[in-house]
Amino acid sequence: MKLHALTLACLAAFTGVANATEPDACLVNRDLIYSESPLPHVAAALQQKNLTISVVGSASSTLPGSSGAKMAYPAQLNSALARQLPDVPVKVISHARSKWSAAEMVGEFANILSQDKPSLIIWQTGTVDAMRGIDPAEFQNTLDSGVSMLHEKGVDVILMNMQFSPRTETMIAASAYADDLRWVAMQQDIPLFDRFAVMKQWSELGTFDLYSADKSSATAERVHDCLGRLLAEMIIDTAKRDQATPNDRPQPKDKS
Amino acid sequence: MVETSRKLSTAPQATGPTERDLRLDLFRGLALWLIFLDHIPSNVVNWITIRNYGFSDAAEIFVFISGYTAAFVYGRAMRERGVVVASARILRRAWQVYVAHIFLFVVYLAEISYVAGSFDNPLYAEETNIFDFLRQPDITLVQALLLKFKPVNMDVLPLYVVLLLGFPLLLWLLLRQPTLGLVASAALYVLSSRFDWNLPAYPSGVWAFNPYAWQLLFVVGAWCGVTGAVRLDKFIRSRVVAGLAVAYLIFAFLIVMTWYLPAYGRFVPRWLAEFMYPIDKTNLDVLRLVHFLALAVLTIRFIPRDWAALKSPLLRPAILCGQHSLEVFCLGVFLAFAGHFVRVELSGGALLQILISLLGIAVMVVAAWLLSWYQVAEGRGPATRPKTANSDMAGGSI
Repeated sequence: MKLHALTLACLAAFTGVANATEPDACLVNRDLIYSESPLPHVAAALQQKNLTISVVGSASSTLPGSSGAKMAYPAQLNSALARQLPDVPVKVISHARSKWSAAEMVGEFANILSQDKPSLIIWQTGTVDAMRGIDPAEFQNTLDSGVSMLHEKGVDVILMNMQFSPRTETMIAASAYADDLRWVAMQQDIPLFDRFAVMKQWSELGTFDLYSADKSSATAERVHDCLGRLLAEMIIDTAKRDQATPNDRPQPKDKS
Repeated sequence: MVETSRKLSTAPQATGPTERDLRLDLFRGLALWLIFLDHIPSNVVNWITIRNYGFSDAAEIFVFISGYTAAFVYGRAMRERGVVVASARILRRAWQVYVAHIFLFVVYLAEISYVAGSFDNPLYAEETNIFDFLRQPDITLVQALLLKFKPVNMDVLPLYVVLLLGFPLLLWLLLRQPTLGLVASAALYVLSSRFDWNLPAYPSGVWAFNPYAWQLLFVVGAWCGVTGAVRLDKFIRSRVVAGLAVAYLIFAFLIVMTWYLPAYGRFVPRWLAEFMYPIDKTNLDVLRLVHFLALAVLTIRFIPRDWAALKSPLLRPAILCGQHSLEVFCLGVFLAFAGHFVRVELSGGALLQILISLLGIAVMVVAAWLLSWYQVAEGRGPATRPKTANSDMAGGSI
């Protein structure tokens, strides 16, 4: 397994290309969306042919305007999953609120679980906490207890970090929060969708111009389309691998 | 970095070393450059800075050297002119640093207000909320004056203000009972980590550089500056210590490499990862502290005080910057803002980043050279009066 992952990562690093089945527009290094952590409940849901996913996030999980939610990545994820899993009914439900901190989201988890009954929660967070200057140690505890709680309720979690936003990089001190997200994902053995690294690579490859101060919503919609596609790819790859080796999930760890 | 050539003396009336240790200026100057580079986000040139090769970064170098020079300069003042005069000088310095911080804050406000006026990208509707504080200048400005509202990369000067405010008492203690001062500082470090002590920040959270934790490095520097660290001479020269330092630096290097090549992260044993992570900069994680000390031990061992290259014109630019660290630090923060701004406006690539980085360092060197020239023209060259230029300090975050 290790060797396999290593080979993949090296291959991706040297060739700089991703999965050939995706449209060129979304290309990133394969290892950016590769996770060794399992998604056992998604794997089970795929076998039972009924997949429900809840996205819990702040304003960057949607787009402004009346049609924003329809073009944002949760909806795009829904379409991408439906395309790739024609025999599984897929439902992606988005709960995105502006200025929603991680702790506030955790407070809503119980409601969301009872309403949606998801197999997977995609938890996008970090930016709001960074802008409010919430103590990173506190943020880390919130993440950790939130993930533990979801695991206890029998739900898989994917964490998602902040956007790559070059214009506000000197204004939002995000690195401590990004570290926390990476650390908790590793500690809890769950996938991290590294949105920051993905978008940064798009910027470097020239896929999208993320520097512009004033862009039509067309670019934003294309970015979200690609985010949805890559997320779908990550979810399917990870869950399909789990189907081969079920019951692999370690017990959720106690919070220290 | 640490004075080793002088005989050990802990007597209160002992006079400090008289000649300036250029190694301090050199490494402080280099640290200034690294901080400037690190403050430009997503900068390709960042790859050369030390934080990518180990746990600690330029901030540690700064705080340590600043503690050393502050003790060296004000320690002499305290012995020669008495506690009151020396304390007054230290507090005046704290005031200067505070004013410098507020000046930087105004520059930051100007930049962010300009950006806020033109930024309207639907992709970043969320990030735009960072401009919200501009809508309530009454609160923002008061919180900034109270050192509670500190924008990105502006955490270090407030730390130094607090360290200087406590410095008269500390210096008084260090001059009488150096070891006791050091032990007290270490105790404060342990207690702050045990009980989560830190100063509050606005709109929430705590200081990014916890003064209760970072004071330890400052005091270690000050302790070396007061005692000359001669009692550490044997320790530093020992082969065992050097071997351990090298081993630790290699270990840190390998660990840091797994951050950039996540595929190798799987080779880090889980127990080790759980012991190490997260490596906390806010509270000066002990892994960072040891990393800096290992670097310092090797630097002192292999770069003698009278190293010929210290007089060479090649190292002159860095030394000049190190001799005017408060001014050059502030300039560096401003240049990092400005450089990032230019880069974003021009949507430039790696070439532009390299150009901006080199240009920024050149501007810092020219400014330092002008300051030195002015000092000499005013009849107070660094050799005759090392007081003000010596004792200043700044540092970097991220």
